[in-house]
Amino acid sequence: MTTLFTILFDGVAYGMLLFVLACGLAVTLGLMNFVNLAHGAFAMTGGYVCAVLVNQSGWPFFAALPLAFVASAVIGVALERSLYRHLYTRSHLDQVLFSVGLVFMSVAAVDYIMGSSRIFIKLPSALEGQFDFFGVGIGRYRLMIVVICGMLTVALQLILAKTRFGSRLRAAVDDPRAALGLGINVPQVFAFTFAFGCGLAGLGGALSAEILGLDPYFPLKFMIYFLIVVTVGGSSSITGPFLASLLLGIGDVAGKYYVPKLGPFVIYTIMIVILIWRPNGLFGRAATR
Amino acid sequence: MSFRSQMLAAGTVVGVLALAPVQAQDAVKIGLILPMTGGQASTGKQIDNAVKLYMQQKGDTVAGRKIEIILKDDGAVPDNTKRLAQELIVNDKVSFIAGFGVTPAALAAAPLATQAKIPEIVMAAGTSIITERSPYIVRTSFTLAQSSTIIGDWAAKNGIKKVATLTSDYAPGNDALNFFKQNFTAGGGEIVEEVKVPLANPDFAPFLQRMKDAKPDAVFVFVPAGHGGNFMKQYAERGLDKAGIKVIGPGDVMDDDLLNGMGDAALGAVTAHLYSAAHPSAMNKEFVAAYKKAFNSRPGFMAVGGYDGIHLIYEALKKTGGKTDGDALIGAMKGMKWESPRGPISIDPETRDVVQNIYVRKVEKVDGELYNVEFATFEAVKDSGKTKK
Amino acid sequence: MSALPDLSSHAIARARWRPSEIAFWILVLACAFLFPSRYLIMTDILRLALFTLSLDLILGYAGIVSLGHAAFFGVGAYCAGLLALHGIITEPVLALVAAGLVAMVLGFLTSFPVIRGVDLTRLMVTLGIALLLEALGERFSNITGGTDGLQGIEMAPILGMFAFDMFGKTGFFYSLIVLFLLFLLARRVVNSPFGLSLRAIKNNPLRASAIGVPVNRRLIAIYTLSAFYAGIAGALFTQTTALASLDVFSFEKSADLMLVLVLGGTGYLYGGLIGAVAFKMLQEFFSTITPQYWLFWIGLVLVVIVLMGRERMHRWALWLPNLVIRQFAGRKAVVAVPESDAP
Repeated sequence: MTTLFTILFDGVAYGMLLFVLACGLAVTLGLMNFVNLAHGAFAMTGGYVCAVLVNQSGWPFFAALPLAFVASAVIGVALERSLYRHLYTRSHLDQVLFSVGLVFMSVAAVDYIMGSSRIFIKLPSALEGQFDFFGVGIGRYRLMIVVICGMLTVALQLILAKTRFGSRLRAAVDDPRAALGLGINVPQVFAFTFAFGCGLAGLGGALSAEILGLDPYFPLKFMIYFLIVVTVGGSSSITGPFLASLLLGIGDVAGKYYVPKLGPFVIYTIMIVILIWRPNGLFGRAATR
Repeated sequence: MSFRSQMLAAGTVVGVLALAPVQAQDAVKIGLILPMTGGQASTGKQIDNAVKLYMQQKGDTVAGRKIEIILKDDGAVPDNTKRLAQELIVNDKVSFIAGFGVTPAALAAAPLATQAKIPEIVMAAGTSIITERSPYIVRTSFTLAQSSTIIGDWAAKNGIKKVATLTSDYAPGNDALNFFKQNFTAGGGEIVEEVKVPLANPDFAPFLQRMKDAKPDAVFVFVPAGHGGNFMKQYAERGLDKAGIKVIGPGDVMDDDLLNGMGDAALGAVTAHLYSAAHPSAMNKEFVAAYKKAFNSRPGFMAVGGYDGIHLIYEALKKTGGKTDGDALIGAMKGMKWESPRGPISIDPETRDVVQNIYVRKVEKVDGELYNVEFATFEAVKDSGKTKK
Repeated sequence: MSALPDLSSHAIARARWRPSEIAFWILVLACAFLFPSRYLIMTDILRLALFTLSLDLILGYAGIVSLGHAAFFGVGAYCAGLLALHGIITEPVLALVAAGLVAMVLGFLTSFPVIRGVDLTRLMVTLGIALLLEALGERFSNITGGTDGLQGIEMAPILGMFAFDMFGKTGFFYSLIVLFLLFLLARRVVNSPFGLSLRAIKNNPLRASAIGVPVNRRLIAIYTLSAFYAGIAGALFTQTTALASLDVFSFEKSADLMLVLVLGGTGYLYGGLIGAVAFKMLQEFFSTITPQYWLFWIGLVLVVIVLMGRERMHRWALWLPNLVIRQFAGRKAVVAVPESDAP
């Protein structure tokens, strides 16, 4: 019985990590209708920034995390203003080609600068190992992930629901033309949200170095998982991807534990079944454009 | 003969004489096919570095001929390997094909080596059957059988009764598992849990949880070079070290390339392997220092495989006097013995596989860094995985 | 009235062979004789071209996006491999067709979930199917050889006469003939009333069904045909390389495929062929210069191409052929700009 709770806890931690990584993608897709397959590259950037700060410059881990967010967000803003902006009106295929090109460039660049081996971030000793909670082994690092990602999710929901920016964002997602007509500066909302999404990805990347492993091929390896979260969850809200990530995280971990021979089967089958049943994702709505 | 025919004859003789020495000074081309991109890129990089280092140290001329390396990236995808090998042989007219970061790559090139009668020097791949696929294959890396049988014996003799195994599901992983099981159970040990993980696996956590629940004395692990770090991190996170479960296995998981980044969780792991950067020989100290200076990282067993591979090629060419006839080269390589940074090694004349010392070593902290410190040596271990005739 | 003859004459005019197309195929054949030492990479390009052609059928003509076409490629590859390995069908051509048929059946079965849903859903469902097959292949590694792949495949001579050689000559001509025949078939299909109805469906499915086109049935039909083509491409791959490993199902393969097709242009059949040549040549060029970091330069090329606009690229690329054709036929090449694929 305690094993079940351990598995559940692990699955939740994994799922929340996936959520932080993928929610930026969900927002970009839902809001800007832009297929940004380079999302993983922003995550990788954040991860490497954190690694370099902690390993080589001796920063404490918790101080480096916000910087991972900022670094990715800044790069996101720079790229958005210079390159992405020109592609908003282009076809999805063009966007795919462009973002894949960016991924290739980032992968090779990181390989060149940092080398091809997996990189590890020196953790503070408070985060290593497990502690016992009524017989259930709780990994300290995973607990931290759950806490941080949980807070982020709550914060995001609050921003969306309670702030003026949040309502502008929701309006722009639902119907950009009407929003423009109402005087909402949609391009500015786009830019800010895109940067924020990239920042979140960067933070996720830094957090995932320990669990998923960080190397130059990270964007290519995990692109699939992000896409799964976004399509299964639907891109019109945050709750959709959140629940989808949890489902996928728990499904994957439980699958690997109870039926290790069929490991990856579980996620893919769940995904296909859900998509057949609900083509717009669990909580998505058909696009209004 | 008329004057014209005499001139023609003389001209031909002069022409041939003029051409002959030019031909003898043609460069010897070596096709180096390595995974320089993709999941196995760190293997490719290490071997490429080691080859460059060797050529820097020993020069690029052997037996009067210049050595030219043509590096190609196959991304560890066997159909790329095959195509690249074919092109190198047919278009670039190489005299050797070398490298081969993974078993399927080495196997894919085997029929080509046989058809073209060109030596195939395997510098990385570790499955036993590789050398049986072509009479032109010579290996300078290692086989999983060599290390797994030794650690199996050691575990049985040193108080480890119950073992849970975690191996990657592909040829070297299965080799490691089978040979370990064979020797460990023969020594009275018991395998309590056996898990095979798919090769492209990001998260070991659920598998490690299973291991923990099986309550073994030790975990036998084999994952490809480059994945060991992730495994050790999650091993520590799951608290397996606190639960007193040791880590044993072939040395791939404690690759020097990654060892230092694994953290203290790796301390105390016992593995059997062909090479440790801490091997206490003068030659190795020089090798490690030179590698560090040139490439700013520690050499691992892949680098040593590459270093010895290019050495083998040089020595074979010296023995044949610069001739690149495939059969002569293979003949020259068989039975060759030399001192490598890993220790004494030789090429078995019957199987064309590498015969080397296997060391049992423990991870310890030396001067603030983690190293595999050798404490037992098994000499001249042959590969026991060949098909019984 | 006047609309009807216009439409049919327009359709017939499109179906006629244009000089530029004939020139293209003559050029391809000429390459065989101009570059006798590069059969292997040319065969690689031909196989990729056939595979891309299969994707063009559904993407360019029916508007179905798929990130999992490697599923059919892989099924075809393993079929051909297993047939050869276990000696069930030793004649390569027969095995080729058999493998294509198996892939076709799989295409038919999986077409039902794929035709529902929006673009993104289709992407993920198709991807999911390919990944599932990859996981299945891994699970049943005793049949498929797992990550190491099928070992020891030996191909019998084609039609009992032409043996596969190390230089790749037989493989090249075999692939060329297969590609050409299938291309002819595809050309007939897309220029037929069936093909025209597909284009109507792509532009506006609601309107198409309103005028009586059985939308779902047509989509299933083209998807199945496309799976057949992809399966043949896969079987061709195994037969010409004597290899089949789990990489045939990989995500990278499907993703590269999309790239190649988008590079060459969708919707006019030649896009796949041109894209395949361009992509492979670029890859070869960069990887010779820098075996480790070629990915960077390919990425850069892709980004630049998109930023500059694919239509502009095509106009520039066709500048020379246009010049030539203008001299001979007094008009521009008609096969230039593909159908727009804006959202």
